[in-house]
Amino acid sequence: MDTNIQASHQLSRMQLLKKNIKKSKHYYILMAPYAILFFTFTVVPVVMSLGISFSYFNLLEPPKLIGLDNYIKLFLEDEVFIIALRNTLILAVVTGPISYLMAFVFAWLINELGPKLRAFLTLVFYAPSISGNAFLMWLLIFSGDTHGFANAYLMNWGFIDNPIQWLKDPEYIMLVIIIVQLWLSLGVSFLAFIAGLQSVDKTLYEAGAIDGIRNRWQELWFITLPSMKPQLLFGAVMQITTSLAIAQVSMQLVGFPSVQYAGHTIVTHLIDYGTVRYDLGYASAIATILFLIMMTTNLVVRQILRRIGD
Amino acid sequence: MIDMKFLTKTRRLNRSLLGDIGLFLVLALFGFFSAYPLIMTASNAFKPLDELFLFPPRLLPRNLTLENFRDLRELIGNSWIPFSRYFFNTLLITTVGTVGHVIIASMAAFPLAKYRFPGRSLFFTLVVYSLMFAPQVTAVPNYIIVSGIGLIDNPTAIILPAIASSLGLYLMKQFMQQIPDELIESAKIDGASEYRIFFTIVMPLVKPAWLTLIILLFQRLWITDGGSFIFSEELKPLSYALRQIAQGTIERAGTIAAVSFIMMIVPVTFFIISQSRIVETFSHSGMK
Repeated sequence: MDTNIQASHQLSRMQLLKKNIKKSKHYYILMAPYAILFFTFTVVPVVMSLGISFSYFNLLEPPKLIGLDNYIKLFLEDEVFIIALRNTLILAVVTGPISYLMAFVFAWLINELGPKLRAFLTLVFYAPSISGNAFLMWLLIFSGDTHGFANAYLMNWGFIDNPIQWLKDPEYIMLVIIIVQLWLSLGVSFLAFIAGLQSVDKTLYEAGAIDGIRNRWQELWFITLPSMKPQLLFGAVMQITTSLAIAQVSMQLVGFPSVQYAGHTIVTHLIDYGTVRYDLGYASAIATILFLIMMTTNLVVRQILRRIGD
Repeated sequence: MIDMKFLTKTRRLNRSLLGDIGLFLVLALFGFFSAYPLIMTASNAFKPLDELFLFPPRLLPRNLTLENFRDLRELIGNSWIPFSRYFFNTLLITTVGTVGHVIIASMAAFPLAKYRFPGRSLFFTLVVYSLMFAPQVTAVPNYIIVSGIGLIDNPTAIILPAIASSLGLYLMKQFMQQIPDELIESAKIDGASEYRIFFTIVMPLVKPAWLTLIILLFQRLWITDGGSFIFSEELKPLSYALRQIAQGTIERAGTIAAVSFIMMIVPVTFFIISQSRIVETFSHSGMK
């Protein structure tokens, strides 16, 4: 009896769902073109990448299942991967938080300026991230000969006697990548913060003043940050993803591969195996590790940021 | 306006002249750090070769010249593929890509923003999750899929994945949420179909978001060099050709500067023109 009722209950729920789906037909039609492309080029690839990572696959022969071999090789035999992993984490830990803070602090500092000046400074800070390959100018700045701007100035001022091989000396390679990456980093999250600060309800500040908020720091912590929490979360996602995927700057400034792999990252390692050596199984294992690192970092940071101002 | 002034006065806590000077110095210092390489890129493009290697480097050229651009044109004229072909390829990829992205992502964003239906939250969650990893993660399977469909050496291999960029859908959906429901309801009462509502009511209202989607995707497509997807020389995009030219020795330094300048000036100009509306879009970018 009970099961009968349950069954009919379930049936009606199924029917309801069916009816709902039918009623929403137009929505599905509107979403279809995007959904098809999104599944083909984002969702399916993630699943495929996981699958391929357990195989040996070179695109010419059909993939051969080899279990965890790729992962074992990655962590136990591939010293370059360990270097790449270390570099990636260092770059992310340094550039991620700094660029996130920079994006917020600059957005905050220019927020109270007049609209014209604010627009101008927004352009100044945002422009590097959309300037194509203008970051190659840093090649001239960090050029290893005496003509490189950095060398020329440092020698002129007497800090160094001989030019530093910024782009070839493993001691400086990471520093150069960090500087250029920070230069590029005021991107989408910076715009989100500017917009977020603009849309904080102004009456909250008045109410805060009455409630005994005494200085700008209290105002920032108790009113501004909590009101723009959604933008802060969005900015964090953007920044984390970018700082873990550093590759272009490294490849074009310090070379691919860089001297002693000093500028090698997970993504350059992935590019190496994916497009140079055509070991797609191995490349997929690298991609899967990167995917896991990115997702974990994002979800953990999200949990932390959600507590702001609580 | 007067109200606003009053407001800022009451809420300017603990501000001192010293603080203002400090603020100015910080902004000037980092503004310089940010702008210097870009200004140098622009100025080097207009410098004669002998000025390029002057020390100390000059922020502005002393003898303004178009020599570098003339050299670039000459180099281009010598390439066996007419340069207009590279330009056309990039024009095709950026136009079809951005227009397709704006229309297709907006079409999907509309029901996600305005209606509840089975599968909606699952789909949007997937989109949000996809913001959390870089596109490089899916590069290998993407290549396999693209070659499986038979799109290798075809501009669509670049265009289709770009159209499905999830950042654009995300921003568009967040922006559409602020459209008042009454507007849509009243159109429905008038007998308009969902499609009609989308194209005649929703799309005109979200113009600021169009510009945002356009610039974000444009700058990505503008610098694409075809990667491993395009092999034929006559299908390669502009940035590939420009990079080939730029891969020269020291005497090409001027031409390289001219190339960098061209690559930089187009997206930056677009941003300057549409800045205020782009920033407006991002006030709705928040995530829960």
